[in-house]
Amino acid sequence: MAIRRGRGVAAINYPTGMNLGGDPTQALVHSTPTGNFMVTLSSVDLGQGMKQIMAQICAETIGVPTDRVVVDTADTDTGPHCMGTFASRGTHRAGNAVIQAAKEARQVMLEVAAEELEVNASDLETDGKGNIQVKGAPQKSISIFDVALSAHFKRGRSISGRGMFLIPRSYPEKETGAMKPSTCYAHACTVAEVEVDDETGEVTVLTVKNVFEIGRALNPKMVEQQLVGGSWMGISHALYETTEPYYPNRDHGGTDFNQYLMPGPGDLAQTEIIVLERPSADGPFGAKGPGEMCANPQIPAIANAVFDAVGVRIDTLPITPERILRALKAQAAG
Amino acid sequence: MAKVPVQFTLNGSEKAEFIESGTTLLHALRDKIGDMSPKGACHQGTCGACSVIIDGELRLSCLTLAETCNGAAIRTTAGLAEGGVLHPLQRAFLDAFATQCGFCTPGMIMAAKVLLDRTPNPSREAVVEALSGNICRCTGYEPIIQAVLTAARANSQNAA
Repeated sequence: MAIRRGRGVAAINYPTGMNLGGDPTQALVHSTPTGNFMVTLSSVDLGQGMKQIMAQICAETIGVPTDRVVVDTADTDTGPHCMGTFASRGTHRAGNAVIQAAKEARQVMLEVAAEELEVNASDLETDGKGNIQVKGAPQKSISIFDVALSAHFKRGRSISGRGMFLIPRSYPEKETGAMKPSTCYAHACTVAEVEVDDETGEVTVLTVKNVFEIGRALNPKMVEQQLVGGSWMGISHALYETTEPYYPNRDHGGTDFNQYLMPGPGDLAQTEIIVLERPSADGPFGAKGPGEMCANPQIPAIANAVFDAVGVRIDTLPITPERILRALKAQAAG
Repeated sequence: MAKVPVQFTLNGSEKAEFIESGTTLLHALRDKIGDMSPKGACHQGTCGACSVIIDGELRLSCLTLAETCNGAAIRTTAGLAEGGVLHPLQRAFLDAFATQCGFCTPGMIMAAKVLLDRTPNPSREAVVEALSGNICRCTGYEPIIQAVLTAARANSQNAA
């Protein structure tokens, strides 16, 4: 009986979005009278930071500071349609819709500015600080505040835009069954080191080293935050979490979060995160969906590390001490 | 059911309410007084989201009857900022990206505050121990641990 050490590796592709009846997200952008911009979405921010990312995408497209953009996701009954925040699709689908809406709003904004400055709209550019100026002659400029006032009170125009992003439904080919269920794949690889006590079946994850390829990190600190949390969640899925330990027998199932096991701050593995940026062709500013993928590669990596440590292959999650001991017993029985 | 009077200070200001006997402190704070910073999640004392400080001790407000708090000094995360300036723990949580959905954050900050009030320069192990009654689903805990250690360093530099 001994503590045995093992190392496992796993690599994954992770898709963005799903092949439902088509995978659409729509967005609306409009300016207030003071030249702030509203992004209206039905996509939901559940803590992953969608509002911040959509504000950045809108601001970058229109050419204003991010703090001039407000994102409203208040009501899915009244907002532009979105299939939802799932399948790591938020940044990719909603981001593309916001870019299209913001481009249209920017065009109206430049047209109004052109009338005020008595120049051609195609000769205008934004300075990124809240002003519109003539290319090559920055002294001839107007603030976006004044452009919005002019549009609202003088010229009767709506500085607004519509964004529609749709991945059409993919039908399987009759002969082969081949289809395109998703787009824009992100990638990840994890190496996990574990210790397995072959007497108790307990697994301790010592280190988890992750590499994530996520297109472009639109907000690097928030990406890192999500990947660190996700890596922990992957360990949790691998070793702890289940509502039905003896599925389909529910007798011993957990009934509330009191009985739902997750690792606490005392169970942390030493975690390393490396982000690779390979901008995607169809993503907003090259982004892919890092969301769910961040908690996936740790699971097979830990299963492989357990195999490396004690020579048993656990193919049911979570990898509990009981499952390991039963497998060791079966192995010994030959 | 007969209502009973309860009187305590919340973040330094006097509060007096008539409550139904058996009301939890969490319910009294959120639904009677309007301090929404303690969060109700498990309502059975396992998650730590409802943590508040009662007379200097970390307590679960979901398991504390409000009527037992007569005369007590209660502190919540809502009362930490002074004059619009964030408490060093709040600043550190923001800077370390130690909050995502934010639901566990007030409880984490309360647990950390009691630790730092007693142990201004805690070890990492002491921080882990202090946070071990609080559950977080999003962050993987490491950013929270780092935020508490950062706040401790900021405090000791201010004191020096």
